Formats: sequence, structure tokens, C-alpha cells
Amino acid sequence: MLFTIFAILTLAGAAAAMSLRNLVHSVLALIVAFGGLAVVYLLLGAQFVGFAQVLVYIGAVAILIVFAILLTRSADTASSSIGGSWVAGGVTALAVFGVLAWAISHSSASHGAAMPQPEASMQQIGDALMLRFALPLEMIGLLLTAALIGAVTIASREKRGPR
Amino acid sequence: MAEAADQIFVALERWLVGHTPAGVRPVFAEVISVVALLAVFASLFAMTTVLERKGLGRIQNRYGPNRVGPFGILQPLADGIKSLTKEDIVPQAADRIVHFLAPVVLVLAAFSMYAVLPVGRNMVLANLDAGVLFFFAASSVMEVSIFMAGWSSRNKYSLLGAMRAVAQMISYEVPLILASITAVMAAGSLSTVTIVEKQAGYTGILPHWFVLTPWGFAGFVLFMIATTAESNRSPFDLPEGESEIIAGYFTEYSGFKFALFFLGEYIGMFAMSGLGITLFLGGWTAPLSFLTWVPSYLWFFAKLLFMIAMFIWIRGTLPRLRMDQLMNFAWKFMLPLALINLVTTGVWRFLPHGILRWIVCAVMVVVPYILLGRGLAQGWKLKKRVYRFAE
Repeated sequence: MLFTIFAILTLAGAAAAMSLRNLVHSVLALIVAFGGLAVVYLLLGAQFVGFAQVLVYIGAVAILIVFAILLTRSADTASSSIGGSWVAGGVTALAVFGVLAWAISHSSASHGAAMPQPEASMQQIGDALMLRFALPLEMIGLLLTAALIGAVTIASREKRGPR
Repeated sequence: MAEAADQIFVALERWLVGHTPAGVRPVFAEVISVVALLAVFASLFAMTTVLERKGLGRIQNRYGPNRVGPFGILQPLADGIKSLTKEDIVPQAADRIVHFLAPVVLVLAAFSMYAVLPVGRNMVLANLDAGVLFFFAASSVMEVSIFMAGWSSRNKYSLLGAMRAVAQMISYEVPLILASITAVMAAGSLSTVTIVEKQAGYTGILPHWFVLTPWGFAGFVLFMIATTAESNRSPFDLPEGESEIIAGYFTEYSGFKFALFFLGEYIGMFAMSGLGITLFLGGWTAPLSFLTWVPSYLWFFAKLLFMIAMFIWIRGTLPRLRMDQLMNFAWKFMLPLALINLVTTGVWRFLPHGILRWIVCAVMVVVPYILLGRGLAQGWKLKKRVYRFAE
């Protein structure tokens, strides 16, 4: 019941994000979709993922998109017609959906008996990240730091001419 | 006796819930807690408005409000009636739906932060496993609402204020979260209740609060500075710098919506201070071992009022920062210190108990602070300011 409500909310948000004319409205609709997704995670018992979804996607990614939109020229876009790229996009989306649906319906998880809900406490997640997956975590950290430094280097290249 | 006084509100809730049919009991218990939280913190907001105006008045050598009621303490009531009866003006060009939703989202996000704050022993609405994470998730929604307010007003000042606010809140969120991670690391849990319990013991008469360790002190100071910036208060109140951009993102709000913004801002500030108390000041635990007979919620609110007093004092004494100073302070000063503080916490955790770890950690806190401060101040040419007419 709850799942249905929030799934519909998420889908409606995503659909509105694609179809609304005003870009800022699209971002706000996207935020609704992110929030709906976070609630779905919470309903599945994944507290960490749910709250991280809100913190990262609503608190950082959506705000980043907002900044990008406001720094570009206009928030209102010209009306777009259904063209070749639209069709290609639709076909790609359908193909991805088909593959995912096929994979899920053939996986053992959807056929086996209802499994007991796994209880992942914060303690377990922390232990897994710090012990078993410590190396991947460090690698990701290094990668992100490199990306950050790269972005700053590109952005801060000033033209040093005579003033 | 002390036990009964401590648990009086918990017992009261149980008694009230006991009188309802069994089917609705869980829901009813939640509703009672939520109503109590709303009522208590909304009245604290009303009290703070008058305290702040009085305090600022004293600092600026004037009386402050003193006309409504004895000593002006009924001023919030008059303000409330005034904002309720004022006309609610929405600009013609404004985006009506977003303009309406912004204050609602702000107040919702601000109040939802209280769900994980333990205001007393056994007095927490939801003891979440990931409580601190929930808190920051809720606070990050406030940024969205501020942007919504600024953008939907279709006013340049509003938009400028919103951009300033969002940039500032994102920048200071980094040191804020890094500073609070130290307490999470030391307690080994993200649950606010567990963090308070870890600080509950006493050595001699002194409590085991995290603020009484070198890394905890540094973390607490960083946390409170970042909190001041997060709640857009002076000296970080550029988003509503009235000399430059009128009132920032809520320029186009009037009547009760304006009051809602005011409320959301203060409620957010209380919640952040409450998290600071929970993480570093031992939550509801007593400051000295022989004072444990005082009910736990009284300690929480005493600490909260102390924090509010500090906020008012800071607002009355410090001038506003410039935008570049604000950003430099966050990224060049607070972020490195917060990162070093994380390492200090780890060192503290793994060194054996004793005087050695105190010395090592104190050095690790003080030396970067001095070096970084000196390093950043290198290019400054500070001279004693000479006033022509004021001296």
C-alpha cells in the first residue's frame, strides 16, 4: 500500500521532471522523485541508503543542478518537437526496461520463497566498509579527490596578462 | 523521588495512552510526542524572540521591547497576532505554487529534525540506528526550501539572497558534518541515544563529555561556528544582509508566511544546537556528578538556553563577514582543521589512557590552528583603525 503510493509519487516526479517546460520546475519534480525513492528504500528497511539518498541527492545533486541552471542563460526552454533523438531515446529506454524486467523475472530472488528481511544495522555496514571493503573505499576516495583537484585546476586557470 | 521527577513526562504519556483503545495506541503515542515537541519548541521560539530583542537591546545600550505586558514579555503574542492579521501579498510575477510551498517545506524540514533529538532520559521520538544521518538529511532539505523561496519570488534580491544562502549552507555543511563525525567515531554509533549514553559516566565529579577532550573541544567549536553559518545568523547573515539585498530570500514574503520563515530559521537553529549538545555536551546528562538528581530534560533545556544566549551575544557583538571572507574561512580554515581533528580523534582512540594522549592530542589541535591562522593571515596588512570623529 505505502509502496504503491510512493512508487507512483516517484514515477510521477520523474515524468514531470522530463515533461515540464520550466527547468527549475523540472528540478523540483526531480527532487520529489528522489524523495519518493528514499522513502521506498526506507520501506525496504535500508535506513542508511534511504537517508544517504536524501542527503546526497536532494542536498547536493539537486542543488548542484539548480546552480547549473541558474548560471546558464535562461530557465525557460523553447518548445521541442518529437524528433529522431526522441525516438532513439524511447527505444533505448524500452530496451533497458525489457532487459531489466527479463532479468528480474528470471532471477532466483523473485521465484524463491519469501526470504526473511535482512537486517543490516549501521554497525554491520560500517564494519563491512572499514574491514572487508576498505581497499575499494580508499580507491574511490582517491578517485574522487583526483576528480576534485582536476575540476579545481580546470576552473582556476586564469589568464595572466598585463592589467 | 528524583527518578519520578525525571520520568514524569514519560509516565504522563504512558498514562494518557493507557486510556485509549488498544488499536490506536501506537499512533496515539506518536501523536502525543509530536504535539509535545511542537508545543515546547514553538513556545521556546516565542520566548527566544523576546529574549533576543531584549538581549540585543542591552548590548546596544537601549531597552528593547518593554510596552506589551510586564517587561515586554507578551511581545511575541502581539507579534503573532500582527502577522496573522496582515495581508498575505504574493507578487504578480511569482510562481504561486512554489512560493506557497517554500515556507511549508522549510518548517516541515526544521521540525522533523527533532525526531531524533533526545531531550531527556527516555525522551526521544525515534531512536533511529542512523539518527545523525537522518538529522543531516532533514537539514539538507532546508536548503531546497530556501532556494524555492528565493527563486519563486521572481525578485533579484530574493534570488541573490537564495544563491548566497545555498552557497553558504553547502560550504559550511562540510565542516559541520566532519566535525560531528568525530563524536560519532568516538561513540561508535550514529544513534543519538547511544552517543548520549557513551558520555554518561563521571571521573571524580567531571562528566565524560566529549567537549572535555582536546578533539571534542575543537570539534565543538567547529560545529558551533558551522551551525551559526547554517542557520544564517550573524556574523554569517549575508543571505539576508539588509544593507545590500533588503531581506534576502524572504523579501517577497509577508504576513504569516514571513512568520513561518522566522519560525523555521529559529527552529532549525535550536535543532542544530540540540545536536551539538547531544554530540559534544553530553545531551541530557548532568554537568557535575552530584547534580544528577535534577531531571534530565531540565539539563537539556538549560544547555539549549545557554547556547541561545551565546548566539544572541555573538549576534550583538560581531560584524558581518564579506562574501570572500566567508568562503575562505569555510574552505581554507575550517575544512583543514576539521580533517585534522578527525585524525586527532583516531589518535585519541588508539593511544593508551594517560597524560601522554592528552599532550599529543592537544598539540595536534593547537599547532594546526596556530599555523593555519598565521599562514592565512600572512598577506594581510592590518593596522589599528583610526576613527576620525569617534575618538
